[in-house]
Amino acid sequence: MMDRRQILRAGLLTPALLTPALALAEQFAGTYRPQAEQIAEGVWIVRGVDEPIAFANGGAIANSAILATEDGPVLFDPGVSREHGLALGAVALDLCGKPVARVYVSHLHPDHALGAAAFSPQIVHALPATRAELERDGNGFTDAMYRLLADWMKGTALVLPQGDLTEGDVIIGGRHIRLIALRGHSGGDLAILDQASGVLLAGDLVFNNRASSTPHADLAQWRLALDRLATTPHRLLVPGHGPLDRDGSAIAQTRDWIDWLEPALRQAVVQGMDMSEAGELPIPPRFAGMKAARYELQRSVSHLYPALEAELLPRL
Amino acid sequence: MNRLRRLIVAVAVGWGLHALASYAEVPADPLGSPMWDHHAVGLFGKAPVSFDVRVNVRIPEIAENQRVFPVTVDARALKDAKRIVLLADLNPIPIAVDYTLHGAAPFLATRIKLDQRTPVRAAVQTSDGAWHVGGTWVDAAGGGCSAPPVSRVKGDWADHLGEVRGAAWPDIENDKVRLRMTFRHPMDTGLVENVPPYNIERLTVRDTAGKVLGEMDVFGSVAEDPAFTVVVDDHGGALTFVARDTAGLEFTGKAKP
Repeated sequence: MMDRRQILRAGLLTPALLTPALALAEQFAGTYRPQAEQIAEGVWIVRGVDEPIAFANGGAIANSAILATEDGPVLFDPGVSREHGLALGAVALDLCGKPVARVYVSHLHPDHALGAAAFSPQIVHALPATRAELERDGNGFTDAMYRLLADWMKGTALVLPQGDLTEGDVIIGGRHIRLIALRGHSGGDLAILDQASGVLLAGDLVFNNRASSTPHADLAQWRLALDRLATTPHRLLVPGHGPLDRDGSAIAQTRDWIDWLEPALRQAVVQGMDMSEAGELPIPPRFAGMKAARYELQRSVSHLYPALEAELLPRL
Repeated sequence: MNRLRRLIVAVAVGWGLHALASYAEVPADPLGSPMWDHHAVGLFGKAPVSFDVRVNVRIPEIAENQRVFPVTVDARALKDAKRIVLLADLNPIPIAVDYTLHGAAPFLATRIKLDQRTPVRAAVQTSDGAWHVGGTWVDAAGGGCSAPPVSRVKGDWADHLGEVRGAAWPDIENDKVRLRMTFRHPMDTGLVENVPPYNIERLTVRDTAGKVLGEMDVFGSVAEDPAFTVVVDDHGGALTFVARDTAGLEFTGKAKP
């Protein structure tokens, strides 16, 4: 039988039990308000927030870029959702006075690719590998984004880009750009050099003061891609995440991170650590200013560790 | 009639108080899990239960892959631990590992499946019979237990079944040995259509003289290609281990620090 003290204690517990109910009360999505910043003649960057994808940020974490042409603006990376793509399209229309003429999707990841839902598939283009990867993973990404972002995603159905791009120079509405076909961050990574301004749109091959993500990475190919970008003359670099790179440091920083990450994980396997311990490895002080470093380290452990164990642990 | 009604009310009140009293023996769950009372009654019976910071459940801040979620249980701050139960309240197969220690330290690292957002906990029993519980909520995408294993999708599971890797390292500071064991195994949950449950169900670690140092009951909610890390007493010489699956196959290994 409960004594009076127990009954009193039960009474005191009631407010504590109500608190989770309030925390679980329904939250509604906000409105995307992308801000464009001009970085060269006819070139704008739209910054994502340097955070993991979360309901609070609507998944608007990737950078986009807008290039003005006589035919209408070119949008490089249309965001995470239909609403996000529409908002980016509205910014481009406002800046250039014409609707978006062409959309490039740099690679398959949802924060860069799913906003294609806001545009006619005829004007959305990507590398063949990116289209193939979206055919494989696009619906899974869409499900995952609906789970995380709920009504921010409303109306977002998978729009596959034309997988028709190849390396080379193209002219769109009088604007000369070079398409650079790479891989390493994913199976297909498109970078674009705007010839007139020297702005290099690097997609997620380059992160700046924000740790790199590795869910589909091939680190050896990624290093080769960074070599290509480093030897491509440019004045400014728009990374996939993080601020505009004005001093040419972001390519080296991205390489530094993956060159630290891979040996650190190999060493963790050889020293007998399990995955959660490897996720707790100390991060070198030189990466102290890097956003989402612990988060991406733990994601990378998930992506890379089982294969490293299969390679490095002795067969018994 | 009145007397009957009074009797019914008395029985009902008595039953209600009894129910409250038996709940009162399990402390309220700081995680507010809807399954806490159910699991607590089944696991702990009448034994005393407390939430104890000495049971450290170390997990990443994000469940990047709901099929392979790393968990490290470190209860070495507890004296006289004899058993560790690793469970995820809302998994369809809630218990992942039930580990009985005989000269093994209360430490276990492995990877589990998550079928949805769930508390992930370790309950550690000390030799006085009391249970000490630690853990936290983990947000996860759905389907970790009900999606087919990667090796089933690829179709090569049988080619690699039972491949064993591992090694042992001296833990000089604590006069112990750390042993890591990995196995290729689909660890089928039985929750994927037309694939019956098939999993490693028992893992035993012995010292060089054959004395059992630790033994685990292992369930289908442990991740495909399971990996286990344990810390055991150092008796010198090689450690041996054997895993048996639900088809009776045995996978063995031997490692020396």
